[in-house]
Amino acid sequence: MNPLFEFCLRIGDSTLILGHRVSEWCGHAPVLEEDIALANTALDLIGQTQLWLGLAGGIEGKGRDADALAYRRDAAQFRNFLLVERPNGDFGQTIMRQFLFDNWHHLMLNGLKSSAHNGIAEIAAKAEREVAYHLERSADLVVRLGDGTEESHQRMQRALDLHWPWCGEMFAVDPVTETLVADGVIPNPVELREKWLDQVESVLTESTLTKPNSDFSHKGGTQGRHTEHLGHLLAEMQFLQRAYPDAQW
Amino acid sequence: MSKEWPLWEIFIRGQNGLSHRHVGSLHAPDAEMAVRNARDVYTRRNEGVSIWVVPSAQITASAPSEKGLLFEPSQSKIYRHPTFYDIPDDVGHM
Repeated sequence: MNPLFEFCLRIGDSTLILGHRVSEWCGHAPVLEEDIALANTALDLIGQTQLWLGLAGGIEGKGRDADALAYRRDAAQFRNFLLVERPNGDFGQTIMRQFLFDNWHHLMLNGLKSSAHNGIAEIAAKAEREVAYHLERSADLVVRLGDGTEESHQRMQRALDLHWPWCGEMFAVDPVTETLVADGVIPNPVELREKWLDQVESVLTESTLTKPNSDFSHKGGTQGRHTEHLGHLLAEMQFLQRAYPDAQW
Repeated sequence: MSKEWPLWEIFIRGQNGLSHRHVGSLHAPDAEMAVRNARDVYTRRNEGVSIWVVPSAQITASAPSEKGLLFEPSQSKIYRHPTFYDIPDDVGHM
């Protein structure tokens, strides 16, 4: 197992699956302006996926490009966090999931900008600008909805309670992260977690939402053990390449 | 109270040195979100360096029926248009 390849899959698969999830809102968001904003976010994430999976394919050296990795792997070969494959739920759940992920994503990319691996540092520098905006937007919406009406507050609290047990996986330590931290390729996940908690808690306080009092976390996504939701998502996302391999536009 | 968000007119400055130009309108609950929405709706392709948002309700427009009253008198005064000057070739396009 190549730790560099694994790491590129973890981040690239996470942006791919979240990008696809967010794109499911296209044409369904509560207002036109949000519809466009969500589609923009999805496109940013899928654009970043091309870079991460392209790099992963190059590191692997078996001739697989970003498309081959995205469309020709089965669920067990995906390395995304479980958080991002969770169904969209209502608008509040989508925004809360985005907010929890954006906080991790922005911290991770900021750390990766000074990675010892040049290819990774270059992608991080490019993606960080986009993600800074994602975070600004999702944090703003969490505050507005959390500190909004009674119903929006309840929905956001419920969204937070639902997603919280899926967040710890983003900071899990395993042989892949240990090797890459030691080589100066990625920031230390334990330190990221501290900063993440600080950032998230300050927004939650402003949103009048209560942080769940539990450290329990589901795990398995980065090892290829996924929830039942990923298979359904892939069935839709990969349909064309599976039914008509190498189809040309 | 209407449940619809208020309408905002969006002005974007394309490049430093040019003025803000009206690009369209959108709905948002307040000015801050109007700026964010404008960023997403109107500047996807790197169009702008600056965004203004103005509540549509704050714009006073001239009535279309007064068009004649307001604009026609100047049409017959061709001397107000600087069309009688020969522009030296060196000046180029103005």
